[in-house]
Amino acid sequence: MAPVELSLAPVLQLYEQRVGIDNTAADMSCLMVSPDDLIELCRHLRDDPLLKFDFLSDICAVDFHPEAPRFLLVYHLFSTRHKWRLRLKCHLGDPAVVPTVTPVWTTANWHEREAFDMYGIRFDGHPDLRRIYMWDGFDGYPMRRDFPLRGYKDDYNPMGVDQPVDWGGG
Amino acid sequence: MTDVTVINEVTTDTGLSREVLMNLGPQHPSTHGVLRLLLQMDGEIIERVEPHIGLLHRGTEKLFESFTYTQIFPLTDRLDYLCPPSNNLGYALAVEALLGIKAPERAQYIRVIMAELSRISGHLLITGALPMDVGAMTSLLYTMRDREMVMDLMEMISGVRMHTSFCRVGGVREDLPEGCAARILEFCDIFAARISDYETLLENNRIFLARVENIGTITGEDAIALGLSGPNLRASGVDWDIRRDEPYEIYDQLEFEVITRDDGDCYDRWKCRVDEMRESLRMIRQCVRQMPEGDILIDDPKIAFPVDKDLLAHSMETHIHHFELAAYGFKVPKGEVYTAIEAPKGELGYYLISDGSEKPFRLKVRAPSFVNLQALTERTTNIKYLADVIAMLGSLDPVMGEVDK
Repeated sequence: MAPVELSLAPVLQLYEQRVGIDNTAADMSCLMVSPDDLIELCRHLRDDPLLKFDFLSDICAVDFHPEAPRFLLVYHLFSTRHKWRLRLKCHLGDPAVVPTVTPVWTTANWHEREAFDMYGIRFDGHPDLRRIYMWDGFDGYPMRRDFPLRGYKDDYNPMGVDQPVDWGGG
Repeated sequence: MTDVTVINEVTTDTGLSREVLMNLGPQHPSTHGVLRLLLQMDGEIIERVEPHIGLLHRGTEKLFESFTYTQIFPLTDRLDYLCPPSNNLGYALAVEALLGIKAPERAQYIRVIMAELSRISGHLLITGALPMDVGAMTSLLYTMRDREMVMDLMEMISGVRMHTSFCRVGGVREDLPEGCAARILEFCDIFAARISDYETLLENNRIFLARVENIGTITGEDAIALGLSGPNLRASGVDWDIRRDEPYEIYDQLEFEVITRDDGDCYDRWKCRVDEMRESLRMIRQCVRQMPEGDILIDDPKIAFPVDKDLLAHSMETHIHHFELAAYGFKVPKGEVYTAIEAPKGELGYYLISDGSEKPFRLKVRAPSFVNLQALTERTTNIKYLADVIAMLGSLDPVMGEVDK
């Protein structure tokens, strides 16, 4: 018989110190993981028959500039068998590098391209890491909090703000 | 607008074979907006499809961060512009979850009626547009005629046809106008017969069937891995509907069936939507019948504008609250929430992070069309010819406003 409620205790036990739990949000359970253990944990979450998180809803990048660690990746998982949800958080420094989860969920491909395009987060091993919304040759990462609302000055945007010399990061 | 670049020429026994790169769109009627596809082809056979998106990118998520919570509603309208009430609803639920409030029951019914009406309007477009893309022009004229009835209802309820912005945090803007319920029921009666007309028109149409049957087949497993949701996923046999499995608003009080199909080809994705319109009609009828009398907006002057506008002229207190709310907005407690609703295109998710101010710290939209469109690149679907790409694209039903955000 299928379990009725999501239990994360076995996962926490299996990964001991490497995976944390975040109880601040009321809407769903949340695990904290470091980039090094991300792939291993994701595979486990997808393949364990008691968890079966086979559906990746969304990957959201967040910029906490000027705080450190600067970036946060939030994965929202769903299990089509058990119909439950889980949030996965992964804090990243600057420059932000994280392994790709495309081998685990194919759908991650475009989500990761979006995070790369908007925040300059690099996904190691991504099959096709290019900008997705902005054009090739665009400078900067528009969703970063230090990106000016009017954008940087270039051929397309003469009213923009002057660009900083060094980009840093990404 | 098509350009062809020859990238490789091979002489074989049967003649000259050319590998070409072809540009489809962004100004092409079958791309449903501004989508550009780069096709690598060997003659007419497709080797690779590469969608180039972003031509309609308006930086919605960046704008969210400098708008107050009330101001964001019109921005959400412009995501999936065929069904604004659904977008409004998903966003309102996210903010309400963080505030810890719920809309009054009557408001929830109104929201659901509008969301289901907009689902019909969205599905009507693809019901007519997919056949048109593959050569059956007639159907679009009929579906557009019927879509006009939905638009009239929207106009009657909210005052505008398309970008309704009718939801508010804690309810809806206004009550249904007099006689609206009767008009909605009348529409349901007329439209129920029209759905059968479409089926008669297209289900036995050999040309239409030849173009969509067994084309672009996606297995359930692949569909889940690709992140497909909504009718696209259910057409592949996966029985998951957020309205039933994680009910929001008053969906748990409604009786409806979740439509699934087995084959996962273009025809099934089309048929799934046609059947879903029937279920939507069923839900709308139930809503109109069950809808209780009562408030349509929560009674909290710090969050909602006064429903009774006369109060503004007589009550100093109301006046002050109104000014504060219009000028500065309201604060949402620190926290985070992910709400998912079953939008016409699939799982529409809003991930809201609040830092306790009047504006969201981060508001991410999980746009179903964005994810669904990715299926076009997947080689596991059996798209073989150029013509199949058009059928596949039409059946995935992407709305570029949502893909490009």
